[in-house]
Amino acid sequence: MTPTPSASPADLPAWELRARYRRGEMRPTEVVRAVLDRIDAVEPRIHAYLYLDADAALRDAARWDAAAGREDAPALAGVPVALKDNLCTRGVPTTAGSRILEGFRPPYDATVVTRLREAGAIVLGKTNCDEFAMGSSTENSAFGPTRNPWDPARVPGGSSGGSAAAVAAGEATLALGSDTGGSIREPGAFCGVVGLKPTYGRVSRYGLIAFASSLDQIGPFARDARDAALLLREIAGRDPADATSADVEVPDYPALLTGRVRGLRLGVVREFLEDGVDAGVANAVRDAIRTLEGLGARRVDVSLPHAPYALPAYYIVAPAEASSNLARYAGVLYGRRTDRADDLIGMYARTRDEGFGAEVKRRIMLGTYALSAGYYDAFYLRAQRVREVIRREMEDALAAVDILVGPVAPTTAFPLGERVEDPLQMYLADVFTVPLNLAGLPGASVPCGVVGGLPVGLQIAGRRFDEATVLNVAHALEQAIGTHAFRPPLAAAEGRRTRA
Amino acid sequence: MSDDRSPAPTIDDATVAHVARLSRLELTPEERRLFRAQLGGILESFQRLTELDLGDTPAAGQGDPAVGALRDDRAVPSLPREQALANAPAVEDGYVVVPPVIEGAEDAGTP
Repeated sequence: MTPTPSASPADLPAWELRARYRRGEMRPTEVVRAVLDRIDAVEPRIHAYLYLDADAALRDAARWDAAAGREDAPALAGVPVALKDNLCTRGVPTTAGSRILEGFRPPYDATVVTRLREAGAIVLGKTNCDEFAMGSSTENSAFGPTRNPWDPARVPGGSSGGSAAAVAAGEATLALGSDTGGSIREPGAFCGVVGLKPTYGRVSRYGLIAFASSLDQIGPFARDARDAALLLREIAGRDPADATSADVEVPDYPALLTGRVRGLRLGVVREFLEDGVDAGVANAVRDAIRTLEGLGARRVDVSLPHAPYALPAYYIVAPAEASSNLARYAGVLYGRRTDRADDLIGMYARTRDEGFGAEVKRRIMLGTYALSAGYYDAFYLRAQRVREVIRREMEDALAAVDILVGPVAPTTAFPLGERVEDPLQMYLADVFTVPLNLAGLPGASVPCGVVGGLPVGLQIAGRRFDEATVLNVAHALEQAIGTHAFRPPLAAAEGRRTRA
Repeated sequence: MSDDRSPAPTIDDATVAHVARLSRLELTPEERRLFRAQLGGILESFQRLTELDLGDTPAAGQGDPAVGALRDDRAVPSLPREQALANAPAVEDGYVVVPPVIEGAEDAGTP
């Protein structure tokens, strides 16, 4: 969709900003000012950011102003981006949504941050998230929840809720999040933006504050598939600083967006459309599938009988890894330290009790239990074997079809406070997203409908390292149904106000 | 659901205390009560993992040929000590300061 010429720069996609910049029609300071104005206008209602440095953003933008009109400007020159607050930024506060990291200023940038800066992106600030990325609503942030731009009484999803809400509301053009069990895709769906979890190993995790290292992956948020492709191309690829980053060629993702899906084998996962899915969500997803069929994709019904076991397997494996990764927060090398400690062990235990929130403690306890003597085989090892069953099942399915589709989540965005007291209810939001993390596969959330005034996301899962097909299917759907319907009323109102 | 599945493990006060100690978490009595109930409920619902006949399926591993390539073994400058220590809550003469590790070690002198 070509944006109207009068649209506020805050609402333009990065590819359009880039085109105008290269034609010398738009200066980065103008773009950053428009986004900062939007932040001023909506942030009191949304709370997407934990840290914002307007002066630094304007300074960085000014450096790119002079290069406007140059064909050889880097891919994201002057494009305002937001970073989830679990990505390390040199000298800039990084809390991962936790009190235990209050005041922490990392001595280095995450590799994705370095790459964004090299690509000319303007870092606006750090976005709110569930503490250590543990949650599905951003309500587990120690610094208060983020609200959904479609309805501030509802959650934006999580854990990367701040990044998703910022992009939806025009408070950033692009954003990065991290996805361990759905933390990019679910907030993407709830906020009506494109969110992509790349293949495990596609993007370097160096400088990502670890939650569950065998599942974590950094990925883009954008208002359309083309922007997600643009951002992924800049952050993907081997990094010597992360031994799990893959030495696999990075394709020119934007160039591969043909919008053609004729003959594509579209696997519709039966287990993802069974009971437990809201009728409105299921209908929107079925409509999207019909739309893709109308474009020439061939529907193939697929069964993943072990998919229902992914949630319990995930909620053993992820907390087990977290219990180990979070052992480092003990008041010694960084972060808070209790002022009531007489001995070392007491200092660790009290620092951690004071610094961690309830969900983080719950998962550390759960993970420690699953790894402890007498329970290791029954819980952790068994969960890892179930994970292998699921991985094989999904890879087998993807040998017969090109992509798998279904809903991102069983519901649309739920009201704030509805699930915070019931961890199991909160975990259910991840039921369709965790299988991809267990299998290491790439998956996107792309807006496919609006039900009761709230967006619905279609999940598109692809083969390992085949983000290009995932993004192209998302692009094809966008071309068919448009992206104009997926603008939250709040951003639309601000856009009108700015132009008036 | 098969009949031979193992019963859900009981999460009692002693288990919570044991796991909290292993986790280095000093929980309040209220947190102990809450986590006892919640962990019990979560593990109970996860019992369906025991329904599955996994045959000889191994545990998911790290054996992925696309990842895990090692970088060249080359010496590069590392983080300067003052930067590495800049975030530590208590530092003295380039060392991190912590409370006594061994009882009565307070006067044992500097490391």
